[in-house]
Amino acid sequence: MTRKAPLIEVEGLAKSFTLHLRGGLVLPVVEGVSFSVGAGECVALGGPSGIGKSSILKAVFGNYRVDQGRIWIRDADKKVDLACAEPRSVIELRRRLIGYVSQFLRVIPRVGALDIVAASARESGATQNEALATAEGSLARLNLPERLWSLPPSTFSGGEQQRVNIARGLAGRHAVLLLDEPTASLDAQNSACVVDLIRERKHAGTAILGIFHDAAVREALVDRIVDVSAFATSRDREAAA
Amino acid sequence: MNTNDAPLLVAQGVTKYYGERLACRDVSFEIHPGEVIAVVGESGSGKSTLLALLSQRLELTAGRVSYRQNGHLRDLCELSEAERRRLQRTDWGFVHQDPREGLRMNVSAGANVGERLMATGWRHYGRIRDTARDWLARVEIDDKRIDDPPRSFSGGMRQRLQIAKNLVTEPRLVFMDEPTGGLDVSVQARLLDLVRALVADLGLAAIIVTHDLAVARLLSHRILVMKDGEVIESGLTDRVLDDPSEAYTQLLVSSVLAA
Amino acid sequence: MSAPSYNFAYLDEQTKRMIRRAILKAIAIPGYQVPFASREMPMPYGWGTGGVQVTASIIGPSDVLKVIDQGSDDTTNAVSIRAFFAKVARVAVTTKTREADIIQTRHRIPETPLEEGQIIVFQVPIPEPLRFLEPRETETRLMHALEDYGPMHVKLYEDIARHGHIATTYAYPVRVAGRYLMDPSPTPKFDNPKMHVSPALQLFGAGREKRIYAIPPYTEVVSLDFEDHPFEVQRFDRPCALCGASGVYLDEVLTDDRGGHMFVCSDTDHCESRRAAADGEGGA
Repeated sequence: MTRKAPLIEVEGLAKSFTLHLRGGLVLPVVEGVSFSVGAGECVALGGPSGIGKSSILKAVFGNYRVDQGRIWIRDADKKVDLACAEPRSVIELRRRLIGYVSQFLRVIPRVGALDIVAASARESGATQNEALATAEGSLARLNLPERLWSLPPSTFSGGEQQRVNIARGLAGRHAVLLLDEPTASLDAQNSACVVDLIRERKHAGTAILGIFHDAAVREALVDRIVDVSAFATSRDREAAA
Repeated sequence: MNTNDAPLLVAQGVTKYYGERLACRDVSFEIHPGEVIAVVGESGSGKSTLLALLSQRLELTAGRVSYRQNGHLRDLCELSEAERRRLQRTDWGFVHQDPREGLRMNVSAGANVGERLMATGWRHYGRIRDTARDWLARVEIDDKRIDDPPRSFSGGMRQRLQIAKNLVTEPRLVFMDEPTGGLDVSVQARLLDLVRALVADLGLAAIIVTHDLAVARLLSHRILVMKDGEVIESGLTDRVLDDPSEAYTQLLVSSVLAA
Repeated sequence: MSAPSYNFAYLDEQTKRMIRRAILKAIAIPGYQVPFASREMPMPYGWGTGGVQVTASIIGPSDVLKVIDQGSDDTTNAVSIRAFFAKVARVAVTTKTREADIIQTRHRIPETPLEEGQIIVFQVPIPEPLRFLEPRETETRLMHALEDYGPMHVKLYEDIARHGHIATTYAYPVRVAGRYLMDPSPTPKFDNPKMHVSPALQLFGAGREKRIYAIPPYTEVVSLDFEDHPFEVQRFDRPCALCGASGVYLDEVLTDDRGGHMFVCSDTDHCESRRAAADGEGGA
């Protein structure tokens, strides 16, 4: 555990869904979630499928709302509570501080893989040339064939799309990285490449919070596991027991 | 986007009644430089009325719209007609759903793009034409068509021309009313990509009315969901679309057909 | 039965007063189209009723009137109008520009420079220079009020794009006193420079459209153009076949059925005066 202040600090987070289309059915997910992630640490969210790992990760990205609790993100010498931050703050934090790799690549029409990755680098301040160089480097390391670089990923295989996704997520060199199953749909060789890239990030001081189903990946990267079952709401806890 | 920037446009309690009939009630929000806001809703939700009210094309029944010029916010109802026209022609853009409403159909593409320049005092034919050429290139219209009237253009080309015509004076705020409405899907994709790139490159603020949630997701940072003349939910676009809190928003989101 | 008698210059005094007020207003706002209650005249619309009403309102018993049509004193229109005023006002008439107090004209300005104290009255079909671009009267009024003249340059741009040069050769739009956009009536653009800082008073009457406008003496009148396509007058590559004048506007006249033609001064008075002067000196 580092002595410096953690980059992510979750305090008493509670999340539920209200399904108005099902007569207002309330689905509680988690409550009382508290943990932190420091620079250079890789923390995994563990627990059975459906327990709420993805929901917590999305809440930390600002993609999901929370019912209660705080999500502190450290920004230089101050910290921002993402749970109640203004949309513009969230966007600014995402641009500068928080990178996110989800399981799926949301495809923008007409933009080639290389440009998608370069755009991500540009957004966090790189020049056009730097961004292109970064993008080319990443895609090469991830073994994405060069002939695909100028093509929009909508026709790529799942594994190829995922590699573009990872390259994009890592291109911003954010201080905080959120990873949701980064090696899903990748074969062992490409998995290993991704692990290398993430490890480099770790060593560069990035705070990493992720969901990793692959045991080998966990072995290679994860320092600590936060067991989300401990925060599951009572109903789910009974079901899991 | 600098979070310390002062807001560019401020809407407070914007309301419009047609006699007894409510079109739009009590809409309040701010937009900052470089921000894109999508206003979504179904037909009759009041979103197009809201856009007309904000852009000064319709008079408010109640409320206020203020715009920042030269460092301070001005209540737009205080503008003279001359000031309003100048604003709409230089610092603002308005892209109509039907490009015919935003273009002179029987005047060449180059003249269409150059019109705002000429209206603001440009008097050098060569420079006007060169600037028009640049903009046609940016919206991917072949240079050879510069002297053709938009009557001879396809729908997608007309829309791209309308965008060029609006952006030539480098406005800070652009209003768009269903910019991809009525276009073929492949044409829509091209247009959306163009809009996305231009907005990012030019640091434009934009308010985009659309019924298409995919357009909102692709282009906007924030979203306002309207129903029966009121904003029922608003916030970060991906949050509202991925974790909608209101019943109507959940209905809208779940109704979208996946391809 | 006695012949009908007309009030001096046909119009009743109240009408003249109304038109004079409109004229004064027009002079006070150079180039601005002042609406007026155009009367029924004993000639149809399109035959100069606006010009006739303006002339009728300002002419006095001792004034000398010249009337020209396309520069000539002896075309049908000019002859008719001259006869009209001879009958209802019994004023002296002349063909010599220098001797006239009031010159009513259709489609040309005389070559002989006008002097202080002279008034030239133009017959105008469509007074609104923006009409062909913007058909709505409500909108054109607003455009004039707001000095919103961008679309006019769009038209000129379009000309250059299509023809390589500004193709308008008559009724060429001008800016008056740096403010109002004005249609100089269908005079050739060749005549536009004559309107600029003229010592004479220039009045414009449109009977069908019911508008009067004016350019006071010594007012700036600038033809619209682009910096890199400046306004230019028409040039003729030969002098008048009759009097040898160059730098004047020429008409093409067919002389026979076999395509024979010659170019002569459009301003008949100017041509005659030159020929008379040349004869006086013992031959051209």
